[in-house]
Amino acid sequence: MNETPIIKVCQLTKTYRVGDVDVHALRGVDFEVARGEFIAIVGASGSGKSTLFNVLGGLTAPSSGSVHIEDKNLLHMTDTERTNLRRNTVGFIFQKYNLLPTLSAEDNIRIVKYIGGHGTGLDGPFREVLRMLDVTDRLQHKPRALSGGQQQRIAIARAIVNGPAILLADEPTGNLDSQNSAAVLRLLKDLNERLGQTILMITHDEEAASYARRRMHMCDGQLV
Amino acid sequence: MINKLTFANLAHRPVRTVLSIVAIAVEVTMILTLVGVSNGTLHESARRARGTGADILFRPPGTSALSSLGSSPMSDKFPGILSHEPHVVMATGTMVQPLEVFDTITGLDFDQFARMSGGFHFLQGELPVQDTDMIVDAPYAREKNLHIGSTLTLISQRWRICGIYEGGKLARIAVKLSALQRFTGNPNRLSQVYIKLDDPSRASEVVDALRIKYPGYQIYTLEYYTSLLSVSSLGLLRNFTYVVIGIAMIVGFIVVFMAMYTAVLERTREIGILKAVGGSPGLILNMLLRETLLLALLGIALGILLTYVTQWMMSHFAPGGLTQETVYSWWPITGMLAILGALAGATIPGMKAVRQEAVEALAYE
Repeated sequence: MNETPIIKVCQLTKTYRVGDVDVHALRGVDFEVARGEFIAIVGASGSGKSTLFNVLGGLTAPSSGSVHIEDKNLLHMTDTERTNLRRNTVGFIFQKYNLLPTLSAEDNIRIVKYIGGHGTGLDGPFREVLRMLDVTDRLQHKPRALSGGQQQRIAIARAIVNGPAILLADEPTGNLDSQNSAAVLRLLKDLNERLGQTILMITHDEEAASYARRRMHMCDGQLV
Repeated sequence: MINKLTFANLAHRPVRTVLSIVAIAVEVTMILTLVGVSNGTLHESARRARGTGADILFRPPGTSALSSLGSSPMSDKFPGILSHEPHVVMATGTMVQPLEVFDTITGLDFDQFARMSGGFHFLQGELPVQDTDMIVDAPYAREKNLHIGSTLTLISQRWRICGIYEGGKLARIAVKLSALQRFTGNPNRLSQVYIKLDDPSRASEVVDALRIKYPGYQIYTLEYYTSLLSVSSLGLLRNFTYVVIGIAMIVGFIVVFMAMYTAVLERTREIGILKAVGGSPGLILNMLLRETLLLALLGIALGILLTYVTQWMMSHFAPGGLTQETVYSWWPITGMLAILGALAGATIPGMKAVRQEAVEALAYE
């Protein structure tokens, strides 16, 4: 495992304005993630873990502190730089899959490859990953024709098609039954162990968190 | 890939897509039909004027080349006087009585007119014999469902249709000059005189000479007169055309704006997904504008087809009134106007989509 942290978070805060009230979602978060780690951040609803996911993925800007992803500080990033971060460095897996409903499963993967500037073809090694994900026979179907587990496996394929340094997963099993949940979590573990994929998973489920190599707990916007 | 996404988005919401295409098509049809009717009607008038075989048109003072003839202020001695002018072979006068909207009834000396123009080509019947006999051209007969022997009441007089002739000559409705003068209370009066020359190439020279001799009279070569029968020569018609084009563009803009605004709202989450996976604002705007461009192109194609439908309807249901022609030169102009209106309509919702925070868009239900 590489000693240089791929994620380094120092005194991270995030404050939202909701009406006239300031909501302090993150209150000075510190942690590091080494390259190749599989970390679970566990917390109850409202603990700030999804906000942390959004900040780490460049989906929203931090309020203060520093977040270094591969030595680049997100605090001072422009919108364009955050777009490039999402395009090249981070892959996302969402609770609600977030596949484009108008495209087939395969085109959902191809468009991300296209956006990443890697053409649209799926090469041999990636076809192997698709076999590992067990979705090769569902690639021509639209998301509405897929089960939740199948959609989440397509979402995983989409998240790693451009070889991101970090895979961020926000409650990836939140909408799945126990059988599909276990399958998806085994896949994430496989990706980490076989491909050395760095994974940071947000979950409220201790059972899901048990698949990770390291667990951190979050409460009231802080790691405890 | 973006094209594939564009097609997929349009196919995913067929009702919205079809409505947007139809709205743009209506905008295109409105413009092309208006331009087609303006040009067609004026060109039909020019064709009928040329069909007289005359080289010069002679009108009384106080009129203009393009004014309607609502009175008969000239003496019917003029044809006889003008026929003695140098190079004039013959002159024949007509009286034009306006009817409702665009129609007129023309009184003429059929013998003189036949010598000047070669006469009417009758499809049915023959020239008027009685004072209450009337001839009409085929489009007018078709529109009014007239046949030989049919009767028609115009200017408080009951007329009998005695002949139906091929269109394209002088007027749509013609009667004996003396009869029209009598029925309208204008004995021995004319509206205008058509003059035929021994050498048509001398028309300008003869017009100049006549203008000196008859100051104040409106005298034109037929070539000049017919050239004036164009939309660009008629300020009022030109302005009207531009106003309708403007309205059509505004309607198209609003429709596309609403369609794209709804599309952006509907697809907030999808746009958020594209942003989350690294889609740039340019890519998202590009996708929305491609959708709009495709809608506009399909709308333009449908609009052009609908223009042929309006043309067919006009020629079948109102052949004696307005004439619509296909003005090909306006296809690219109308197409560009529709595309610009559509793109303008898509830009504001597009910018809204581009500015939206990815995390907010992803939270949208």
